[in-house]
Amino acid sequence: MAAAIRRHGEETFPHECCGALIGRDDGVVAAVPLPNTTEEGPRRRFLVRPSDYRMAEQKATDLGSELLGFYHSHPDHPARPSQFDLDHAWPNFAYVIVSVMSGAARDMTVWYLQDDRSRFDEGTLNGDQDSDSDSASSVHR
Amino acid sequence: MATKILIPTPLRPYTDKQEAVEASGATVGELLVDLTTKYSGLKAHLYNEQGKLRSFVNIYINDEDIRYLQKDQTPVSATDTISIIPSVAGGV
Repeated sequence: MAAAIRRHGEETFPHECCGALIGRDDGVVAAVPLPNTTEEGPRRRFLVRPSDYRMAEQKATDLGSELLGFYHSHPDHPARPSQFDLDHAWPNFAYVIVSVMSGAARDMTVWYLQDDRSRFDEGTLNGDQDSDSDSASSVHR
Repeated sequence: MATKILIPTPLRPYTDKQEAVEASGATVGELLVDLTTKYSGLKAHLYNEQGKLRSFVNIYINDEDIRYLQKDQTPVSATDTISIIPSVAGGV
């Protein structure tokens, strides 16, 4: 999962990539790449439109899994959520961020919105962080 | 008059994990007031500090976005299905 997200971030560099995380009990079984449909400039923004959101939720159901959250890249920026990320976040979702510096994927982190929307808390991302494997990964608070 | 409302994954913890709930009202606006009265945890995530629907919250009546109908004044009936559909946005 992590390797696929890194590759996606490198492919779309210098633009942001985005996609859905599908799994169960925090274990990620699929990272589904989605089109970045932002009209505000894809170097600094991403947008998953409602029709793609619906498709991702349906795909999770079809796999007998759940929609765990979403990932996106920060081109030439650290893997930390921005104020814009916070302002637009949904609760109870994992937000995976991969930093892509000069075209090469670096740090990857996962974040969860606090219920009062005041900030993100960093979660734990386990699995194939530093390898090229596509083995299962997990995300949790 | 009760109308079915489909709840997206991130909001289900506030509706006792239900994927679909019912609320009453003659318009989408009235329905959402009833919904957020019954399930108060939804309010902060659907509305901003000014009491307006957040920009990344999309409300569909059957398959149409209410922004292209009469917004929160859009009439609803018991045979309609309302969906709350997220846009997911962010950036650096």
